[in-house]
Amino acid sequence: MTATVEPELGTSSTKRMTMAVAMNSALDLAMDRDDSVLLLGEDIADPAGGVFKVTKGLSTKYGTGRVRATPISETAIIGAAVGAALAGMRPVAEIMFMDFVTVCLDQITNHAAKLRYMSGGHSSVPLTIRTTVGEQRFGAQHTQSLETWFMHTPGIKVVMPSNPIDAKGLLASCIADNDPCLYIENISLAYSQKDEVPVKEYFTPLGEAAVTRAGRDVTVITYGPAVHTAVAAAEVLAAEGVEVEVIDLRTLMPLDMDTVLASASRTGRALIVHDAHTFLGPGAEIAAQIANDLFGELKGPVRRVGTGFSPAPYAPSGLDFHPTSDTVAAAICELVDY
Amino acid sequence: MTQSPTTEQVDVGDLSTDDLREMYKTMRLITVTGERAVVEVKAGRLKSAFYPVRGLEGSCAALGSAMRPEDQIVSTYRSLGDALAKRSSLRRIIAEIYGKADGTSKGKGGAMHLHDQEAGFITSTGVVGAGLPIAVGLALAASIRGEKRAVVATFGDGSTSIGAWHEAMNLAGLWKLPVVFVCQNNQWAEHTPIDEYAAVTDLESRARAYGMTTAKVDGFDPIRTARVLSEATARARAGEGPSFVEVVTYRLTGHSGSSDYSYMPKDQLAAATERDPAPAFRRWLLDAEIVDETALEEIDKQVAAEVDDAFEFAQNAPQPNASERYTDVFADERQVPKS
Repeated sequence: MTATVEPELGTSSTKRMTMAVAMNSALDLAMDRDDSVLLLGEDIADPAGGVFKVTKGLSTKYGTGRVRATPISETAIIGAAVGAALAGMRPVAEIMFMDFVTVCLDQITNHAAKLRYMSGGHSSVPLTIRTTVGEQRFGAQHTQSLETWFMHTPGIKVVMPSNPIDAKGLLASCIADNDPCLYIENISLAYSQKDEVPVKEYFTPLGEAAVTRAGRDVTVITYGPAVHTAVAAAEVLAAEGVEVEVIDLRTLMPLDMDTVLASASRTGRALIVHDAHTFLGPGAEIAAQIANDLFGELKGPVRRVGTGFSPAPYAPSGLDFHPTSDTVAAAICELVDY
Repeated sequence: MTQSPTTEQVDVGDLSTDDLREMYKTMRLITVTGERAVVEVKAGRLKSAFYPVRGLEGSCAALGSAMRPEDQIVSTYRSLGDALAKRSSLRRIIAEIYGKADGTSKGKGGAMHLHDQEAGFITSTGVVGAGLPIAVGLALAASIRGEKRAVVATFGDGSTSIGAWHEAMNLAGLWKLPVVFVCQNNQWAEHTPIDEYAAVTDLESRARAYGMTTAKVDGFDPIRTARVLSEATARARAGEGPSFVEVVTYRLTGHSGSSDYSYMPKDQLAAATERDPAPAFRRWLLDAEIVDETALEEIDKQVAAEVDDAFEFAQNAPQPNASERYTDVFADERQVPKS
């Protein structure tokens, strides 16, 4: 298990930074501490520093031997990262958009995820795959939230931060973890918010959800950008006297159902919100588990708000794709009135 | 068609008599183990998808002589020969094929997914062509750490049609990694002959396009094959970049254990069977007066005993414990979902 180091917030040891800068800091500190950390990905070396600038400055500091800009070859990027991980290194591979994991799905799901098991525990693949989701303006082949595919694959961990401090702590934990981790970055969140983040290295444990906002009436279970959608809805409803508890899962595999069930048991109402498709999305499993474990305690059905079953439409105006705070607030009101 | 080694080809290079004896033993071990596995499958005692390596014995034995203990190999689902060439334990391999707790992967990998980290047999892939990028990554790690080792990727000719193959070749050529790509060209991609799936059947020429040293060698000539492969592994260890070696052989069986031969031209198969590697090498060792009949018989006896012992060990080995089902999914078993 990864050791937890509590961040000292609000002290001189913290700095206001975006998620992108926080992730850069996590990579920098991991590379500084551990020579076996190796970065691989398209355009990640300076001067480009990555398409989203998350790796900016690292090749200048650590050299192009350890910060390797690759050809446009996703299969080779992940395959080589799997091989390096088998040799005991801790590679961090960047797949520019999550849609492109379709190109290297074999290496991720058949190899990275299975090698520990198929070797009877003799092999370990301490690999981190960083990828991005979230911007409708890139169209249908650059917007897919495919986290369910990986949650459905035994052997790979799935992580999605919603704020700069978790972005840093979870990425550090993924790199230190002895299993392959898929670390999903939301492009909009990466630059839009700044928070106080510890300057030093620290770790947010994998598999532990956070209660972002406490409330007694309804539990909203969410992760990634939808955390902000849910909090915005909760703030509107607070003015009307509805107290919403928002749980940020942070890690989808392992999934912290203990925190979810404890909260839903207290409020008696559960709503799951995410940017992935509602149909067979992560919410389907979470809803089924809540219904199964808390059947007698619920005051209404477990509900879900996610994305409809269409590819991402290019035009955001008039063709809303991801949940909005209005749709989330409406779903919460329906549950409370049930 | 190329020829089996003859007495005229007595230039054995650096290979000692012991090396040649060892190569013969490896070939026999592969033949006898493979044939026994097929018998066990047909008898219903071994319930496994098994992909025989008959025909590749010379190529595998040559590779075995070219690899050092510190070298690493990534193989395919047709990996028995590679595993034996890398000196993996026969008992534990057979136990793994039987899905037993004493197998190399505790019975969780199986015939198509043999692993033996201790022997440097890093992994074998059930997905055609997928091993090459992994071998490139192992070679990248060796290169970054300054470790002098060769990483070998073996694969059949059929894998040259998949994207992973090309991506890996490009990366290895670009980064000049210490990897040796060994194409075990058995002329078949499952049930399809090479000239029906490849626009260019000269596979060496494809590799040349990725900027690496290449060679094509007759896999039924283990001496020459060993020499070419030794040069390639030495080049990798010396940091002189990747190599591609096309070893031209012929698959002497159908695609899988008890499968049909109907699609294989009879005259072609018969001609290849004439050059069956272990018997041909045996004849050559005798003709060249390198090893005498008594010594060869002794090796044959040893092999028969080792194979019998390994199958007996595997058949009597315990089944995996049910509690093993959810271990090795993650490093920490507690992280596995309960439902």
